[in-house]
Amino acid sequence: MLKSKNATTKMMALVVDDSIVNQRIHHKLLENFGIENQVVGNGKEAIDVHCSGKHFDLILMDMDMPVMNGIEATRMLRAMGIRSTIAGVSSHSSLSEDTKEFIEAGLDDYQEKPLTPAKLVSILHKVNLHV
Amino acid sequence: MEGNSLREQVAAMRQSLFDEEILDKQFVQMEELEDVHNPNFAEELMTLYFRDSSKLLVSVEKALERPPYDANILDKFLHQLKGSSASVGANKVRIETNKMREALKAEDVERTKSQFQLVKRAHKTLKGKMEPYFHLLRQAGPADAAQPPE
Repeated sequence: MLKSKNATTKMMALVVDDSIVNQRIHHKLLENFGIENQVVGNGKEAIDVHCSGKHFDLILMDMDMPVMNGIEATRMLRAMGIRSTIAGVSSHSSLSEDTKEFIEAGLDDYQEKPLTPAKLVSILHKVNLHV
Repeated sequence: MEGNSLREQVAAMRQSLFDEEILDKQFVQMEELEDVHNPNFAEELMTLYFRDSSKLLVSVEKALERPPYDANILDKFLHQLKGSSASVGANKVRIETNKMREALKAEDVERTKSQFQLVKRAHKTLKGKMEPYFHLLRQAGPADAAQPPE
């Protein structure tokens, strides 16, 4: 588990999920890995937080959310030029049409919920590759 | 002595929850997220889950009251319920919810309604077992690290 004390290299993550249960689990999972993270409740809030000037190394994006879903939010973030690692995290099967559309919207990875430490490690390897 | 006996009771209760397939290994994942800062993380999550899922069940109940019901809205609620049940390891609730979604997809009104009774029953059973389990767990005090189910 990496816990960087250097402010310039500390990883920041954004959890985007409308379920309070999943927000808490993903927040704690990331925290236990020493990754500082912020939580928002839908795709529009994810866009807004980026518009406020914040940058994230990793975004855990749920698919089904009110106001703006994960597919639309991912498309918009990519259109805005955001190159952060975006991992789709959803309960849809990785073979479903919705998931394919989600991946094509600009995901770097996709993991089926529920997220586990092993799945998070797999996602984190993708973050390192981007550097 | 009393501490040991309580801990044995807690362990036995916990094991039966897995043996009866009321919980699955995702619950162990939640226990493993506990640390000194959040020693009762599993209980906190379960409390959040019951708050969330109870509201969803009320929404489903209301949606089923007025036929013809909106299958898309119903499925949205059930998808959320399935998702949060899976996240906390509420195995039976998740399974019954999936069966209800299948009945809904098949446009079988009677089966959808009867399956909803099973979803509610599984939810009530889970709540009825988790509350005394966490109560006893707190009484027993800190124990060894979570053991996976046998």
